[in-house]
Amino acid sequence: MTAQILLQTLLSGVLVGLVYALVAIGLTLIFGVMDIVNFAHGEFLMLGMYASFWGYALLRLDPMFTLPFTALALFAVGVAIYRLVIRRIIDAPMLSQIFTTFGLMILLRGLAQYLWKPDFRSVDQTVVAGKVAFGGLQFGLPQVVAALGAIATTGVVWWFLRSTRLGAALEATAADKEAAALMGIDSRKMFALAWGIGAACAGVAGALLSTSYPIFPEVGSTFILVAFVLVALGGFGSVTGAFWAGILVGIVEVVGGFLWDPAYKMVLVLSLYLLVVWLRPQGLLGKA
Amino acid sequence: MSAPLLEVRGLTKRFGGLVANEDVSFAVAKGEIVGLIGPNGAGKTTVFNSLAGFFAPTSGEILLDGAPIGGLPPEAIAARGVARTFQIVRIFKSMTVRENVMVGAMLRHRAVAEASRRAGEALEFTRLSRRAEEPAGRLTVAEQKRLELTRALATEPKLLLLDEVMAGLTAAEVHEAVQLVRSIQARGIACVVVEHVMEGIMPIADRMLVLENGRKIAEGTPADIASDPAVITAYLGEGFRAPGA
Amino acid sequence: MSRRAVGRTLAAAAALAALLLPLAVTRPAWQNTAILMLMVAQLGVAWNILGGYAGQVSLGHAAFFGTGAYVSTLLSIKLGISPWLGMAAGAGVAALLAVVVGWPCFRLKGHYFAMATIAVGEIVQAVVNGQERLGGAVGFFLPLAETGFWGFVFNRSKLPYYYIALGLLAATLLASWLVARSHVGYYLRAIKDEPDAARSLGVSLTRYKMYAMALSSAFAAMGGTLYAQKELFIDPGSTLSTSLSIKMALVAILGGVGTLAGPVVGAMLLTAIEEASRIVFGGTGRGTDLVVYGLLIVVIAVYQPAGIMGWVQDRWPARAPRPEPAGEGT
Repeated sequence: MTAQILLQTLLSGVLVGLVYALVAIGLTLIFGVMDIVNFAHGEFLMLGMYASFWGYALLRLDPMFTLPFTALALFAVGVAIYRLVIRRIIDAPMLSQIFTTFGLMILLRGLAQYLWKPDFRSVDQTVVAGKVAFGGLQFGLPQVVAALGAIATTGVVWWFLRSTRLGAALEATAADKEAAALMGIDSRKMFALAWGIGAACAGVAGALLSTSYPIFPEVGSTFILVAFVLVALGGFGSVTGAFWAGILVGIVEVVGGFLWDPAYKMVLVLSLYLLVVWLRPQGLLGKA
Repeated sequence: MSAPLLEVRGLTKRFGGLVANEDVSFAVAKGEIVGLIGPNGAGKTTVFNSLAGFFAPTSGEILLDGAPIGGLPPEAIAARGVARTFQIVRIFKSMTVRENVMVGAMLRHRAVAEASRRAGEALEFTRLSRRAEEPAGRLTVAEQKRLELTRALATEPKLLLLDEVMAGLTAAEVHEAVQLVRSIQARGIACVVVEHVMEGIMPIADRMLVLENGRKIAEGTPADIASDPAVITAYLGEGFRAPGA
Repeated sequence: MSRRAVGRTLAAAAALAALLLPLAVTRPAWQNTAILMLMVAQLGVAWNILGGYAGQVSLGHAAFFGTGAYVSTLLSIKLGISPWLGMAAGAGVAALLAVVVGWPCFRLKGHYFAMATIAVGEIVQAVVNGQERLGGAVGFFLPLAETGFWGFVFNRSKLPYYYIALGLLAATLLASWLVARSHVGYYLRAIKDEPDAARSLGVSLTRYKMYAMALSSAFAAMGGTLYAQKELFIDPGSTLSTSLSIKMALVAILGGVGTLAGPVVGAMLLTAIEEASRIVFGGTGRGTDLVVYGLLIVVIAVYQPAGIMGWVQDRWPARAPRPEPAGEGT
């Protein structure tokens, strides 16, 4: 196996991992701000994919073009779910919280299946079709664009959290809800914001993947598992952690699938997850 | 003099850069009541947590009946005869008062019927029998503290660690608690009592230990430490008189 | 009559009705529904031992169900061993798997534990899916020939399956009941409420969670063997899927975790809903059952986490509320 093939596989892994990271960032943000694990997070990705698909199927609009609208739409969905359901279980016992988001996951999958049928859909014609080559290596253009889009979105979120007042308020609420409240920050608004941004991140990831990935109601299930792994690896609540964990896991998955049996890709990733939570429950960069 | 029940030698506990306990040494004889006082943050509960197995000491030894127990998990230390209460009460809210105490009794008596009988006895001793079949969550805070104490007693300990059992009690309740600790001593159980309520601990302690900033700064009878200048300035304030002084 | 006496009478009546049901219900389709109800209830009761009493939410329990199904099937097909012995073997293997998997997982709290169990469930499914020796994605067909009791295949009538399912449910309920009223049950409740306080009273958290885990998984595995012998076909999709794990948990949550009757009530309700939605919406391929499940879970989790039995206990409390005493002490 040549160095070139290894490099190709490695970089493919990075591309994949960047998109995974975007999904995980939304999940870890929600957890960091309000200590709730959103089992329905994969469904936000699924909805983003379907939004892109229907924009394409009904209006002939390229998913790259509708991406900002998808982001906004998923932001609204996230906030709506917070307002309708999540805010009622903020202080409920953890069991209730687990089952609530779990129930949402099933509900959203069922709705997707009912409304749009279980058939696999795809976006056949897109402006980002084709391949890109450099240095003797070749990558699919959709994958490269998706990765770039993921980095860009991650960058936007990161900038938001670090450099805006609203972002600082969000981080403050994540660090200490009561103290933030004493300084005049309305936790409930922050929670809604976290859900909105979290859902939007997953939705954008879905839109980015819609050009190259099959679209079906259960598509969220693969990504939620990977997102869990990333959140655990990178540290529950750490956006930077999720980013680097994404790259690491992307590499592990693609390289592992290349060196061994692709069917066991998930097993590798999940075993990595179990290893991390057993050895260091709070993740590599997480608060204990 | 028979060997002490509990010997603590050079107990030090660090959390990263923070030194919570430094070189704390003391002994507790069988059936003794030892008061452990000091300002907030002095490291009293940390000592308890080390004694009870929730923390492993960074260095130093803890010996119970001559055998080392430092670093053992809480369940092992409980089996060896050390019971504790918690600063913030941790009763089992899904159970009744009696069932709470039964969990304690089951350490020595696995059979449910026997544990229930022993729990009944313990509840009689601490005068909570009337509330035995109530859900534990319905008790007042003072009663919950007494329940936690009863539960700890049901494990038939040699040493009882009481963490601020009298905090938040009325004067009458403090008086009752003092009587209860005396009757526990009468049964031969040694007690180490962390307290801020001076009226609750000074009258009954055989000896007192004073901690400040993680270190032991004084040890002696209540009268001794009440007149110890270091203690007075660190903690008690001017003008306190030990009983009988 | 006190609430407890009412409960006992109802339970006795239900047991009698269950024993005599096949005499009244003779249509095979309806008998099949009844058997399904019993099997789902049994799985819920098994799940509840760990999830309800010990408070450890497992969302990967299908791994144990599938273990039972696969172990007894492989032993039967490859070595000709009676599925009854296979059932015992499956229970043993499942308990072993549970202990091996559970021991590191029990360090995890709450949702981290739940996520880890999902991961374990998915890993087991993926591994079996990928291994030809374990049937792969295709699975196994079991021989159709009627072999009578010892061979555990009955073609002429569904009745034997009904009574075996009833017997297994009864055994699982008995185990659950015995645990609850033993010191193990008390310790598990203590661990669920206040783990640190439990430790200070000498309770080893890991050991007791292990007991619950081993027992829970063993009974789930036995249910798996029954499933294999009834359906005569097993594959990863039907015996190891996360949606099956969800169902086991859902049944207990719906009915009331930590109660004896809860999972049974939940199973009856859920099966009834499934059959109704099958009739009304025509088939489950449309996702309508998922929508109903999902709505149910969310509503119960938000408004009545204690499930149906919780609602019952609120309406008819076991003890009459006492007036608060004027003073303290005896």
